[in-house]
Amino acid sequence: MSRRAAESAIEAVIRVSASLAIVGLVLIFVFIGKEALPVLLSQEVRQEAGLSRLFLPQSPEPSEPKEFAWQPISAIPKYSLLPLLTGTIKATVVALLFALPLALGAAVFSSEFAPSWLREIIKPSIELLAGIPSVVLGFFALMVMATYIQDLLGLDYRLNAINAGIALGLAVIPIVFTVAEDALTAVPQSYREGSIALGATPWQTAWRVVLPAAFPGIFAACVLGFGRAIGETMIVLMASGNAAVLSLSPTDPLRTLSATIAAELGEVVHGSPHYHVLFFIGTLLFLFTFATNLLGQAFVERLKQRLSGSRL
Amino acid sequence: MRPMRSITAGLLALAVPLNAAATITIKGSDTLVILNQKWAEAYRAKNPGVSIQVTGGGSGTGIAALINGSTDICAASRPMSRKEKLSLRDRFNTLGVEIPVARDGLAVYLNDSNPVKELTLRQVEQIYRGKIANWKDVGGEDAKIILYSRENNSGTYVYFKDNVLQGRDFSPMAQSLPGTAAVVNAVVKDKRGIGYGGAAYAKGIKFCPIKKTDGDAAYEPTLEHVKSGKYPISRDLYFYVRSKPSGDIKSFIGWVTGPEGQELVGQVGYFPIR
Amino acid sequence: MSRRWINRITFLFMGLTGLACATVILLVALILGHIAYHGVHHLSWEFLTTAPRAGMTEGGIFPAIFGTVFLVLLMTIAVVPLGVCTAVYLQEYAPAGSKLVHAVRLAIQNLAGVPAIVFGLFGLGFFIEFAGRSVDRLFYGGQLHFGQPAILWAALTMALLTLPTVVVATEEALRVVPRGHREAAYALGATRWQMVRYVLLPQATGGILTGTILAVSRGAGEVAPILFTGAAYYLPELPRRLNHQFMELGYHVYVMATQSPDVDATKPILYATVFVLLTLTFLLNFSAVVLRARIRRRLAEGR
Repeated sequence: MSRRAAESAIEAVIRVSASLAIVGLVLIFVFIGKEALPVLLSQEVRQEAGLSRLFLPQSPEPSEPKEFAWQPISAIPKYSLLPLLTGTIKATVVALLFALPLALGAAVFSSEFAPSWLREIIKPSIELLAGIPSVVLGFFALMVMATYIQDLLGLDYRLNAINAGIALGLAVIPIVFTVAEDALTAVPQSYREGSIALGATPWQTAWRVVLPAAFPGIFAACVLGFGRAIGETMIVLMASGNAAVLSLSPTDPLRTLSATIAAELGEVVHGSPHYHVLFFIGTLLFLFTFATNLLGQAFVERLKQRLSGSRL
Repeated sequence: MRPMRSITAGLLALAVPLNAAATITIKGSDTLVILNQKWAEAYRAKNPGVSIQVTGGGSGTGIAALINGSTDICAASRPMSRKEKLSLRDRFNTLGVEIPVARDGLAVYLNDSNPVKELTLRQVEQIYRGKIANWKDVGGEDAKIILYSRENNSGTYVYFKDNVLQGRDFSPMAQSLPGTAAVVNAVVKDKRGIGYGGAAYAKGIKFCPIKKTDGDAAYEPTLEHVKSGKYPISRDLYFYVRSKPSGDIKSFIGWVTGPEGQELVGQVGYFPIR
Repeated sequence: MSRRWINRITFLFMGLTGLACATVILLVALILGHIAYHGVHHLSWEFLTTAPRAGMTEGGIFPAIFGTVFLVLLMTIAVVPLGVCTAVYLQEYAPAGSKLVHAVRLAIQNLAGVPAIVFGLFGLGFFIEFAGRSVDRLFYGGQLHFGQPAILWAALTMALLTLPTVVVATEEALRVVPRGHREAAYALGATRWQMVRYVLLPQATGGILTGTILAVSRGAGEVAPILFTGAAYYLPELPRRLNHQFMELGYHVYVMATQSPDVDATKPILYATVFVLLTLTFLLNFSAVVLRARIRRRLAEGR
């Protein structure tokens, strides 16, 4: 083989493997979407689990009032996604309420106030949290944290939205911290020096100069944290109680979209309506997280442009 | 690129299907999984040439695997439904073979400190449907009843739903836990909790005596009461195979239903079929 | 505003952010401390080298450790060449401003954000139901060998999940190789591949290794992707073929925490297993951090 032919063969191989990332992403969407499609298209599946059944209320028995219920194994299977959506959003909101103040506060402290030796301790410690597998966080929330939270707040339910949300928050903190910290340290030192030179104190500098400059990055951190929270599975599967309740109370148990897939997919007969509904839920999760990621990246881009533009 | 070649060769060698030792796979009911594991360990000790793989996940999982062809034996804590049998017939042109391997008294769990002495079947049904929500309505303290249930892939869930709830839906407030142990664990930690599951699992909680109707006496799920049928919630646990067992599978199942296998049944807290 | 007020607010602001920081670190310490405290005393050589017995209330976790190692090994074989090639393409081969580069970057970033459970669905839908069944149809006359959960499919699913980690770390390593080295190689008449093979990759080894270690750490800890693609509750034998199922540490933790027959008897084993899993992932993460710090320092000195 001539050297040039070998060169171009190698280049082709490298180009093909690079495009495999795109192929992988597309395949994920295609193969999950393909299994979800019968929910929209197949006559047989639609009869049991069409869109109206997924989103509108249904009577458990002809005599009883209509309700939103997730009861896939039943004489009349009920596939209302509303309790699951509510549960997912509830867990995510609690997680963000818990994680955002802590993670953003820690990021500001680490980038603005901490001396460099302290920063060398803070960053790896929080990154350590990112290294804890989610099944371990779930285990901790299930076996240890739940009891303390229940006793502390005097709650009826041991496994509830607060417990699941806090455990989920622990998984979100490192992501938000890392992205926000990167955004804050990316703000040029000259901004701070200028502000201090004009007589501002460090907190004024942080609050009025650095934070606004880094805002797109901080927003991106929140969005990416949201994306992580919405898709996380093992933590909520173990710590949330998994009751498909339509309730907004943070002290009730809940069931999320992701945990529903994890708990039920192992069981279903392949090709049954239940199977397709679970893939439909997977498609929803994929689209949600895809959208939040695009949004997060757009804001990171904007931060880069803003900071590099201002440097000129 | 020599390392690449040897890696590829190694992978191909690994990929060749296995013929040396016979492998039997059992998949299904979590209620049966401990017992299956015990059987697998003991049988293998006697027959080193046969390897038995045990996976749990629930009866539904096992039956689905039987229908998909990905397990030899399905362990189930409920009979196969008509729909499932039809799916099996569509794929393999057989209705499957059902072999009872043990008997289980399905216990209703209460926390040790719960003062409730007994419940009727009807009360248990009302509690799990959310119609009775306070312990004082069944003779207990004035406290909310916290319901613990199983994931809907478990045979225990389906059996309880069909036989205790008369086919009606569980209250949405019932928490679905992924295994019977999780239910036991939850009731251990929750004074107001109620759960259900195999009598084999119960440690650190009490079994609530159950009566069929108001007039009957209440019985606990003991060997005697389960055998005589006085305890109202009991069931058979099954193995399912696609066709009449032969070879290694036949001798394994024969051993399981024989005296040695049945002795182990008692050890994990279930009841022998004979 | 008076000076006193400014001082107070400064103090408050620093105090609050510092408190947030301290809280997070305290939480990490609390979790790790609790697990280490309860996990360490059940640990023994026997625990690490024997199989579970008596319905997981006795014995050790060797099959789970073995399965985890086998899984991440297969995953590494799949993900490292792919990730390195992708990074090399992005950094070296792609023409500036090419659309493909933009698309690949976008795909990598989005891949990193796809929930783990969705990878599990994909593994079942694509690898098992599609690829596995096709293999069976083509080579085994429809007999079931690969169209079922297996370690190969779990590893490939995990490889896709960890691809972004490897690509990002490799790219970073390639980016810091000085421009002059490339130019020197070309000046000596090297082709592009020769330059990559003999100049870039040797210098980027550290970065590639860092990425690999991080990917391994992630792969060893994720459970959701292997729930339906190959993990098993209990196997009497170690997996020896690519189409065998396997036991895995994270899955073992999940199973013992939720499905153990005897909660009290399992507890010490459960804690010890969590401790082993944590130690494993931390050792990996820690070595990645040290490695990366060393590379960065060396580069800083070299400049």
